[in-house]
Amino acid sequence: MAGFLEISQVSMRFAPEAAPVLENVSLTIGAGAYVSVIGHSGCGKSTLLNIVAGLLKATSGGVVLEGAEVNEPGPDRAVVFQNHSLLPWLTCRENVRLAVDQVFGRTKSRAERADWVDANLALVRMLPAADKRPAEISGGMKQRIGIARALAMQPKVLLLDEPFGALDALTRAHLQDQVMEIHARLKTTVMMITHDVDEAVLLSDRIVMMTNGPHATIGEILTVDLPRPRDRLGMVRDAGWLAGRAAVMEFLYARHRTPAEAA
Amino acid sequence: MSITVDRPAAATPALARKAPRRLHPAALLASARRVLADAMPLTIMLVLILGIWQVAADRPSSTLPAPTKIWADCRELILHPFYIRGGLDRGLGWHLLASLQRVAGGFTLSAIAGIALGLLVGTSRLAMRGLDPIFQVLRTVPPLAWLPLSLAAFREAQPSAIFVIFITAIWPVIINTAVGVRNVPQDYRNVAAVIRLRGLKYFTRILLPAAAPFIFTGLRIGIGLSWLAIVAAEMLIGGVGIGFFIWDAWNSSNISDIIVALIYVGLVGFVLDRIVALAGRMITHGTSS
Repeated sequence: MAGFLEISQVSMRFAPEAAPVLENVSLTIGAGAYVSVIGHSGCGKSTLLNIVAGLLKATSGGVVLEGAEVNEPGPDRAVVFQNHSLLPWLTCRENVRLAVDQVFGRTKSRAERADWVDANLALVRMLPAADKRPAEISGGMKQRIGIARALAMQPKVLLLDEPFGALDALTRAHLQDQVMEIHARLKTTVMMITHDVDEAVLLSDRIVMMTNGPHATIGEILTVDLPRPRDRLGMVRDAGWLAGRAAVMEFLYARHRTPAEAA
Repeated sequence: MSITVDRPAAATPALARKAPRRLHPAALLASARRVLADAMPLTIMLVLILGIWQVAADRPSSTLPAPTKIWADCRELILHPFYIRGGLDRGLGWHLLASLQRVAGGFTLSAIAGIALGLLVGTSRLAMRGLDPIFQVLRTVPPLAWLPLSLAAFREAQPSAIFVIFITAIWPVIINTAVGVRNVPQDYRNVAAVIRLRGLKYFTRILLPAAAPFIFTGLRIGIGLSWLAIVAAEMLIGGVGIGFFIWDAWNSSNISDIIVALIYVGLVGFVLDRIVALAGRMITHGTSS
C-alpha cells in the first residue's frame, strides 16, 4: 500500500563539502498515524521535519504527500514550532485568525472564519485568554495557541517540532494529554520530533529512532501497540509501555550513545 | 523501602471576600508616603546641587549667577513664558514653539523618507550595496556643516533650518529600519511561509510589525538629534527660536536668561523623547522597549 506521507531516500548536506546531516532517510506514514522521531541532539531530526514542511530543500530524495511532491511550505503541512513562534504584536485570536484568513480566505465567509477560529481556540481550551497577547500568557498557553493555529489550517499532516521541549514537566503532561485527545477526535496524521522517551512511547503509534549524525539515518522503528485511549497513570505499570520504553532507552543509550565530543 | 504520603488538612475554603474599595485615610496616607519616597532621592539631589551652586556662585568675583540671582533676574521670563513685547522680545514659550515647529517639520520629513529608504535598503540587496556606503559616510557629517550648503540652496533661513533637522535625524531612522527589516526572526518568516503570506501581505502583516520596534528606536534617536541640532542651527540663522534666544542673551550678557533657557531646552528634549517612546509602545503593543 502506498503511504499517505512518503519520505524517500532523503539526504541533506548544508554545504557541498560537508558531511551529510541526513543520509538516505526513507519513511512511510499512513493516514491518521501518530509517528514520533526520536534521537540525540544533532541527529538531524528537526532537519527532517523542516524538509517535510518544505522549509528546507533536501539535497537528494524527496517527500510525497498524498501523491503530490512537496517542494514548498504550505498549510497542508502545518508546523507547531518548538518556540511557539506566535507573532507578539497580535493577540492569540489574531494569531490564529491570520492563518485562517490566509488559508480559508476564498472558501469560507467572514463569519465562518471567525467561528472556525473560536472553535480551534476552544479545542485547546484557550478561548478565555483569546484576546491576550503572547507576552501575557504562560509558555504552555503559547504552545496551545501554536497548536490551535496549526490545527485551524486543517492540515493533512500536523508537524510537531519538539512542541513540549521548553515546558515544565507538569505542563508538558497536561499538553500531551490534550494532544492525544485531539488526535483521537480529529484523526489527524501527526509527525512529532521529540527527545523525550516517555512522551514518544505514550503518544505514538510508531517511534522512529535516528542514529547519530553526521550521516544520520533511521536506526530502528518501534511499533507501539498499546490500546487507545492511553491513560498516563495506567501506563506507569503497563508491561507493554515499559517494554516500549526499555526498547527506546536501549537504542538511545546503549547502542547509540552520544559521541563524547558532542556532550 | 517505603514511601509515606502525608496529606495536609483540607485547604481553607476561600479567602474572605475582598472589601469594596474605598479610600481609607490610612490608605491615602500610605500612597502619599509612597509618592514621597519615590520623589525623595530626586528632590534631595536637586536641593544638593542648587545648594552647592548657590555657595559656589554667590560671590562678587563669580562669573556665573547663583540660583537666587537667576530668580531675581528672570522671574518674569520664568513666570510669563508667553509675553510679546514686539519684535524678537517675546517669552520663552514662543521661542520654544518656533523651534518645535521647525523640529516637527524636519523630523516628520526625515521619518517618512527615513523609513522608506530603510525599507528599501533592508529588503533589496542591490539598494543596500548602492546606498549603504553613501549613508555611512554622510551620517558622520556634523549637522551644522550642512547649514551653509542649505542656506546656499534655499536662500532662506526657515527651510534651511528644517533641512538641517531633516538631514540630522534621517540617518538613525534609515539605519535602524534597515536593521529591523533585515533581522525579521526566522520564526516569523517560517510562519509566513507555512501560511503562504507573500508580497504586500507579508510586508504589512509580518515585515512592518516585526521591524516596528527597530523603527521606533531610530525615531527616538532621531528626535533627540533633531533637538540637539536645532538649537545650534538657530544660533546661526537668527529669527525666533530658542537657539537664537540663547545667542541673543549671550550677546547682551544676560547669563541668567541663558541658564533658564538651557533648563527649558533640556525639559523639552526630555518630553520629546518620552512622546516618541510612548507612541512606539502604543503602536507596537509593548513589543518595543
